[in-house]
Amino acid sequence: METTFTPLQSLFGGSLIGLAAVLLMATLGRIMGATGILAGLMQPKDSSDWLWRAAVLAGMVSGPAALLVFTGELPVVQVPLSTPMLIVGGFIVGIGVTFGSGCTSGHGVCGMARLSPRSIVATLTFMLTTVITVFVVRHILGY
Amino acid sequence: MRIVMSYLIGLTFGVGISISGMANPAKVLNFFDLAGTWDPSLAFVMGGAVIVTFFGYRFVLKRPTPTLASTFQIPTRTDLDIPLIAGSAIFGVGWGISGFCPGGALPALGTGRSEVFIFVMALLAGIFAAKALQSTLATRRLAANQG
Repeated sequence: METTFTPLQSLFGGSLIGLAAVLLMATLGRIMGATGILAGLMQPKDSSDWLWRAAVLAGMVSGPAALLVFTGELPVVQVPLSTPMLIVGGFIVGIGVTFGSGCTSGHGVCGMARLSPRSIVATLTFMLTTVITVFVVRHILGY
Repeated sequence: MRIVMSYLIGLTFGVGISISGMANPAKVLNFFDLAGTWDPSLAFVMGGAVIVTFFGYRFVLKRPTPTLASTFQIPTRTDLDIPLIAGSAIFGVGWGISGFCPGGALPALGTGRSEVFIFVMALLAGIFAAKALQSTLATRRLAANQG
């Protein structure tokens, strides 16, 4: 499935992601990582720790509705895969980000911006295995 | 105040993800499909996000404390261990299969699409399974050390 190259939109969206990361550090002193925020929601330390995470998550989920208000359109979500692939993929992502202590937002954005060696290695690793996986799934298995 | 700010920050992130294309698995998979329908857009998402965060952190971390908390909670580890590398490698496999990463999928829940919901349920199951495995391994290691 072809998608349109959107450099300006993507740069603007990326900058907002960065802005959110900077604001979370400036106010709560925390890393803006989806994995960390989600994992902390599942195993909260105390109620105030749980509350800020729940509020961030609620804000994230409101993103598409806010976009609808600004632009009159929901974000495009095209899922060119079967339900079993979604389930298997989701489960594997959950295992990987837990052992790897982070995902694209925590390692790829916040950790890279801090020049953390762990995050740089993590990001290079998952980018590489994602490229390999997409190649295998699309060009060898033919999905 | 903390709650309102957290919500607005989550909203900024969610709008950013929605505009950027990270909530769209077709676009994400195309970024990684170098040999096929390649779409380089996501390099601009990562680039924009990392540059803003790099300069923003530099400014913010000059202050002694954050405005609504007592300390900055920044990871201090610098060692490269097997769980980090193996976990990240595994994450990439899942990302390559599904096209969703956690930060892309959570805001995408707001579109109400059932596929996103299915992915997030599987993601939570994976996190649960890994946490259970981690605590089993930790208990065993402790028992082995004491034995």
